[in-house]
Amino acid sequence: MAISFLLNGQPQSVDVDENTPLLWVIRDVLNLKGTKFGCGKAACGACTIHVDGESVRSCSFALKYAEGKSITTIEGLGDADNLHPVQQAWIEEVVPQCGYCQPGFMMATAALLEKIPNPTDQDIDDNIVNICRCATYYRMRKAIHRAAAIKNTNI
Amino acid sequence: MSKNIKKKGFSRRKFLVRSAIGVGVLVGTGYFTRSIWRRTLADYANTVDAPYMGSTSSPPMWFEITANNEVILYSPKVEMGQGTFTSLAQIAADELELRIDQMKVLHAPTSSGNVDPFATGGSTSVSGLWQPLRELSATMREMLKNEAAKIIGTDVASLSVSEGVITGNGKSLTYGDVVKEVKEWDIPDTPPLKDIKSYKFVGKPIPRVDLEDKVLGAPIFGMDADMPDMLYGAVARPTQIGAKYVDADISAAEGMPDVVKVVKEKDFVGVVATSRMAAENAKRALKVEWAVERDWQTADIEALIKVGEGKPFVIQKTGKAKRILDNESEIITSEFKSPIGAHAQIEPNGAVAFVENDKATLILSTQVPDVTRKEVAKRLGFDAEQVNIQPTYLGGGFGRRLHTPNAVQAALLSKAVGKPVKCFFDRKEEFQNDTFRPPTHHVLRAKLNEDGLIKAIEHNVSSGDVMFGSAITPGFASTLLGADVGAWRGGMIQYGKIPNFRAISWRVKLPFATSFWRSLGLLANTFAIECFMDELAIKAGKDPVQFRLDQIQDDKRGFRLREVIKAAADKAGWRDGVVDGRAMGFAASTDANTPCAHVVEVSIEDGAIKVHKVTCVIDPGIAVNPDQVRAQCEGSIIMGLSATLFEKMDVKDGQLTPTIYGPYRMAMMKHAPKEIDVVILENDEKPGAVGEPPLGPIGAAIANAVFRLTNKRLREIPLELG
Repeated sequence: MAISFLLNGQPQSVDVDENTPLLWVIRDVLNLKGTKFGCGKAACGACTIHVDGESVRSCSFALKYAEGKSITTIEGLGDADNLHPVQQAWIEEVVPQCGYCQPGFMMATAALLEKIPNPTDQDIDDNIVNICRCATYYRMRKAIHRAAAIKNTNI
Repeated sequence: MSKNIKKKGFSRRKFLVRSAIGVGVLVGTGYFTRSIWRRTLADYANTVDAPYMGSTSSPPMWFEITANNEVILYSPKVEMGQGTFTSLAQIAADELELRIDQMKVLHAPTSSGNVDPFATGGSTSVSGLWQPLRELSATMREMLKNEAAKIIGTDVASLSVSEGVITGNGKSLTYGDVVKEVKEWDIPDTPPLKDIKSYKFVGKPIPRVDLEDKVLGAPIFGMDADMPDMLYGAVARPTQIGAKYVDADISAAEGMPDVVKVVKEKDFVGVVATSRMAAENAKRALKVEWAVERDWQTADIEALIKVGEGKPFVIQKTGKAKRILDNESEIITSEFKSPIGAHAQIEPNGAVAFVENDKATLILSTQVPDVTRKEVAKRLGFDAEQVNIQPTYLGGGFGRRLHTPNAVQAALLSKAVGKPVKCFFDRKEEFQNDTFRPPTHHVLRAKLNEDGLIKAIEHNVSSGDVMFGSAITPGFASTLLGADVGAWRGGMIQYGKIPNFRAISWRVKLPFATSFWRSLGLLANTFAIECFMDELAIKAGKDPVQFRLDQIQDDKRGFRLREVIKAAADKAGWRDGVVDGRAMGFAASTDANTPCAHVVEVSIEDGAIKVHKVTCVIDPGIAVNPDQVRAQCEGSIIMGLSATLFEKMDVKDGQLTPTIYGPYRMAMMKHAPKEIDVVILENDEKPGAVGEPPLGPIGAAIANAVFRLTNKRLREIPLELG
């Protein structure tokens, strides 16, 4: 049976095994590659997306649970002409190195800022629990604070 | 390198362009030979400063000029996060007289002929290409000017160039205009290079050229690649150390939904299906028979990695260290250890492959496109030229992609079904089939003289293979070099005023694959030596910074090391003691001719080691991109901190474990220092190594600080307070 949901604002209907991790549906069926596979066990956060605004690790979220939900991936967060404050901050702080884990971090950060508009260092430590092997954490922390400032100025 | 280039020179010759736009690639490349390997390895062993070994005789193999006047640089070096593409764009834009936004950098497919016969690694990309790329770019610029002069009908000397536009005699032509008109090119002799001081981009903190793609989530990685009509593969991989594939019962897997074919090869079994999930499910249904010789345990490995076991090789010897240390009294001895380390890069290994009748195309993340090409060709019975490897951006390298049997597997699956196949490792397979950082054991001995300086010192390191364990190292290297350059990287005594010193590398073969891990032996060797230096300074009643400065020799290498040590102590406000529950720790090392010193500020919080601040001083020669030099320092520091405080693989009942992030503990946001102060001391020689040297001193600096806080000397990483 087809599962229907909104993906980055567009209605989608997907008819594959409903137990397929949403990550593989997004990447292989719907062809959006920004959401990454890292571990398949919700341990690294490279596959982080938003499901109804909540940060979710899509490698461990079956397609069937997406029914009727609104899904956002990095491609829906912003684009070149309309960057999300998190992406803007990431560019200004020149955060990425290899870049592979960065969409997951940006999605986790965007969700955090919706809940805590001005996160403290402790808030960041407690909530941003993805893994970056290039260890870009030092710049990410700066970028998260900067993103909060950009976002709060835009309001 | 400059000597090499001059000898080889840019031959004057004609060649044709492939199409109206874009300069074609018709000039063949020179393949590396054994003699280059020998020379380079010997060079590497002596100076640890490897030149670029690919062909640099033909600018058109490197550049394509588009109709809208952009220049594409096809890089034989891959971008794995280290920022090489940005530095190469800066170097080329300056000699080609372009704006930085007119430069694009892409990975050269091996079919272009622009192939690096070695690898991307060893912190050599920018340093190795610094001279050749400037010469190539300047030559390309002159080629364009020469042709423009013919079109305009004036002499070359009267032309000026700015932002890719050539002007003279009242006329202007873009590079794109010129390329459209030219059918046959002359390659002139290498023109003189510009004064480095006149460069507009080299030396400036230009934003990364891949920044926007990486922030928007563009499909730039190996795992993002697709081909039309593509299927998904999965290969059964062993969980036991040393397991060899024997046979498999495939009956259950064959009948599963969406399975296209189960493929049995002489050394593996795999499945091809219409989706990744179907392939993974079918893989789990394979009943594979593995031959396993024994069930290894951590204790077995520890018994192997022991100074005194295996084959010794003296890598450094000055004076009579052995005689003094064997015969005199009051010898200070310490032992250190480091564990098996996993690469744990986030993008798993894999490939998309399409094998047709007489050619194969593979897209993948690899640090060794040429080796990958040759391995695939050999297995398929093709010539190397029949295989095209298209490298992509790497989701982390760190040495993990210097060995790519996954490419061969994907190719064989594709051949079996006649369609493109995408086949990747899962995370457990990554952790159990890694080419690990080998565990090490170190024994250091020293004798102090009456002035509290070191009279004699000796470093013994026992390690699994690093360089000798790699698929990119030719078999004769061990005969040629004796000791594993990778294993002893950072293992020499760098305090040349000491009258008697000696370093010995003990080689051990381990039952699982060990090889290059970012900075190779540097992390463990520097940990051992620089902790020991701290112990000796305390024994001698001296300040550890001054203790080091007093024993560095007076040559240029010594001068540069002394300068970074002094600058780090100054910048950090070095003090030897505990203030407000925090202590500083100090360590320094020179790696690949780049000296680096760290001062860390550490406290113990809730029973755990907490690093608050790191002051890092590095002298990388010319910093082509100071912001990316900083980024490499920050990343190296935190990756090194991660290895120092958390990371460790164990061996249990024949399996390498853990097999997932979390249990394999790594530094996360909360562990990263809140302050990292990087100071770059430039010299005007040439760009040097950056991606690895700052990883060296971090472990020792942390352990040295912990000693001041706890009075406990932790001699094993990961550091445990107990």
